[in-house]
Amino acid sequence: MSMAEWEAVIGLEIHVQLGTRSKLFCGCATRFGAPPNAQVCPVCLGHPGVLPAVNRQALRLGLRGAAALGAHIPRRSAWARKNYFYPDLPKGYQITQYAHPLATGGEIPYEAQGRMRSVALTRLHLEEDAGRLKHGGDEEGPSSLVDLNRCGVPLLEIVTEPALQHPHEAHAVLVSLRQIVQYIEISEGAMEKGHLRCDANISLRPVGEQRLGTKTEIKNLNSFRHVEQALAEEIRRQRALLEDGGEVSSATLLWDADARCTRLMRSKEDRPDYRYFPEPDLPDLTIENADLEAARAAIGELPASRRRRLETDHELPADEARILTRTRRVADLFEAAARRAENPGAVARFMVGELAGALGERGRSLEDAGLDASAIAQLVDMVGRGELSGRQAKAVVREMLSSGRPAAEIAADQGLEVEQGEAALLAWIGEVLAAHPRELSEYQAGKTALLRFFMGQVMRVSQGRADPAATQRLLERRLRDGRV
Amino acid sequence: MIDAGRPLVFLQEALRAGRCSLPEILDEHLSSIAICDKKIGSFLCVMEQEARERAGRLQGLIDRQRWPGPLCGLVVAVKDNICVADHPATAGSRILEGFRPLYDATAIGRLEQAGAILIGKTNLDEFGMGSSTEHSAFGPTRNPYDPSRVPGGSSGGSAAAVAAGMCSAALGSDTGGSVRQPAAYCGVVGLKPQYGSVSRRGLIAFASSMDGIGPLAPTGADCSLIFEVISGLDLCDATTVDLEGAPRAGAIRRVGLPRGWIESCCTTEIKDAFEGCARRIESCGFTLTDIDLPDPDWAAAAYYILATAEASSNLARYDGIHYGPATGRSEDLGAHYRKTRGAGFGPEVKRRILLGTHVLSAGHYQDHYEKAQRVRTAWRQSMDALFDEVGAILLPTTPESPFLLGERLDDPVRMYRSDLFTIGPNLTGYPAVSFPIGATRAGLPVGAQLWGPAFSERALLAIADQHGEGQPFGPLQRRREEMRMALRRAPVPEDSPGGAGEG
Repeated sequence: MSMAEWEAVIGLEIHVQLGTRSKLFCGCATRFGAPPNAQVCPVCLGHPGVLPAVNRQALRLGLRGAAALGAHIPRRSAWARKNYFYPDLPKGYQITQYAHPLATGGEIPYEAQGRMRSVALTRLHLEEDAGRLKHGGDEEGPSSLVDLNRCGVPLLEIVTEPALQHPHEAHAVLVSLRQIVQYIEISEGAMEKGHLRCDANISLRPVGEQRLGTKTEIKNLNSFRHVEQALAEEIRRQRALLEDGGEVSSATLLWDADARCTRLMRSKEDRPDYRYFPEPDLPDLTIENADLEAARAAIGELPASRRRRLETDHELPADEARILTRTRRVADLFEAAARRAENPGAVARFMVGELAGALGERGRSLEDAGLDASAIAQLVDMVGRGELSGRQAKAVVREMLSSGRPAAEIAADQGLEVEQGEAALLAWIGEVLAAHPRELSEYQAGKTALLRFFMGQVMRVSQGRADPAATQRLLERRLRDGRV
Repeated sequence: MIDAGRPLVFLQEALRAGRCSLPEILDEHLSSIAICDKKIGSFLCVMEQEARERAGRLQGLIDRQRWPGPLCGLVVAVKDNICVADHPATAGSRILEGFRPLYDATAIGRLEQAGAILIGKTNLDEFGMGSSTEHSAFGPTRNPYDPSRVPGGSSGGSAAAVAAGMCSAALGSDTGGSVRQPAAYCGVVGLKPQYGSVSRRGLIAFASSMDGIGPLAPTGADCSLIFEVISGLDLCDATTVDLEGAPRAGAIRRVGLPRGWIESCCTTEIKDAFEGCARRIESCGFTLTDIDLPDPDWAAAAYYILATAEASSNLARYDGIHYGPATGRSEDLGAHYRKTRGAGFGPEVKRRILLGTHVLSAGHYQDHYEKAQRVRTAWRQSMDALFDEVGAILLPTTPESPFLLGERLDDPVRMYRSDLFTIGPNLTGYPAVSFPIGATRAGLPVGAQLWGPAFSERALLAIADQHGEGQPFGPLQRRREEMRMALRRAPVPEDSPGGAGEG
């Protein structure tokens, strides 16, 4: 069978850390980066006699997530225990949801190759996170340290149907989901803090075959890029096996990002039996209509619809709209500035161009621009009215980023107002033409494209103060008249 | 001053009138412990110093005309699977040796708030798993009426301590009869409250869907007082309910008797004592009706499946990472778990963990766990139907009287059968009371139970007091006083079970 005839079937299990101040079943803080075991109590340590009490805010955020993804939320859902032994799990079981999850169905929209698609969801459920192990050792041998700060932090697990075909689609789904959870403010979605974690299932089957092939599960995927790389590598590995007439064996694999290959974590035979059963310490969750309404009301506008709206409302090109809606914060900043400015399109161009560029020089992005909407609107309007040239605006925006002062003040201080006076402009033009006799004769010989060169030179000698429209008008007149 | 049968209110009158003091009352209990506990082995830890300080402090309040609370005068022993901050809580297991809880159980906090004095922690079957208190890692407790016999279990330490006067009341826990069966064997009153009435926070879990903390005391009145204090909504236990909003059971007029069960299971002596009790109740104007209860063997099977399943999960936390004897460096993680758990748990606990792990395993869950849940639902439906007809159900607490130490240790199924009559209320969650109704020819206590519908605790306890034989100056009080005298005179056995340290 030739290589082109296999298709991959990919499903994702994504854990989203919900952005609550306290843990799922106790009052401990969830702050990232605290010293090891500083955010623990008898409940999350699983001390004898303690009982869980559900954090209502985690439930609210979970419901908001489920509602935003269009999932069906039944009136009743229930907690279950997933039993396994590991030192990062002090109770010896994880409280999760099993037979009766928080929600079923729904979809994650994503963009692939310029088209909007979506991947269907199997289920969404709430569960508590486990702690973390730090492996190390000394001369006596290897040892591991246990940090239980993360233990009990609320997670929303989102399971997709096995419905993706390409690793880049998996990547796009994750990017889109991160954007959505940030928009609806259920999670910071910060990858480096582990707010979004993903396991991937993958199998291959001959094109046209309906039945699924034997799948493997890949864990330890610490970034979206790793997900894509690991899936591509696993497709290569499975295809090689199948094309050699071999079989894929069901297994759980670990992605080794350094070696760029998967390693066997456990085979099917070693698959743990989690002995799920209903959690007797917690009554079933009953979701009232009021809870659902509150969840829906809290969603706000989702990224895809906001992007479409910006494209129509402000006639923005698709690329600008995409950049400006990447996060809710940037979109909010843009819309606030656009409301205050005379020309929203100019605000968009300025933010995507000058502002993003100036921020980039400082290692920042639109996300942490540190400018308020009216400051941006003022600057864009000054340029629009011809009070600042584009070149001056460049300098002003940099000064704004350093000092935080408003554009008008900076411009006044630095004498950056645009020079429109004919005498001053003609003086600069004269200086430029005198300095470049060769270019002048070439121009007069017909090489009119040199106009741009002279414009640039005038801007240089005027330190950007020359009003471009007036300069061009005078410059053309001088060149046409032939007087030097 | 300590009276073997008079309710707390009489003692409180004396305290208010200045005829006795809290330090005196405490002293009498401490001296009973000093004399008797070497022969009984109730206490794993006596909180002598702390109790004396507290008695002095509370007496100071009384002296200044400030009444410390509704349980003032009560000296309480606590089953050692209930957490008291900074004191050991072993749950009768080696694996928790050295563990000291950082917090008080909700019931403990409420007792202290109400003016009670804690005197110590009592012995139990390891993690509450047993019916004789022989399955304690720290040795057995003996029945004060006959130290060659078991006090019942798993709250045997608490029941024996109340009977012998080493405390005025005790807390136990009841998962399948662990308050009621030892209460019956030791001739005291024991309450298993409605599930959700009393917070389980701080009770070291055995089977979470059936566990409950309940009081043991010489009289139903004292159990009732304690119940009032420890019950009620607790935000730290999501399964508790607000009793203010809970339906109150109506007055009980008709009482159902499951004759079939009694005839087929009970010894003659138990039947005789029970008939006496039934006649007393009838003579007080209650209507007795024969009823049929579902097969007790089904209840027992369902109970042992569900309880062991939950236990296997609840006990997983004792993995040698946080608790358990130091076992040195292990080959790998699996070896570490095996070593710690192998050394830390006793044989009965291991048996139940294995059973519970099995019934939850893939391929067995449907046949065992789910089927047991269906039995449980069916039981609740039958009980609900019965409680439409009768206000309460009266039956012996145990089919037999207390057995000899060691007699059933090698026969777990026979041991499990001592719970046959007590499991029902744990499956349904409904309350039940065991109260003394007489004695065998050999002078061993016999108890009967009242089962009632949800939240009928107060009504059940009231009947227990009026129609048991627990009234002051009655035959029970006489037998109890004789027992206590005999116990004081008895020599300390060579294999003395006692040896409680200051904790």
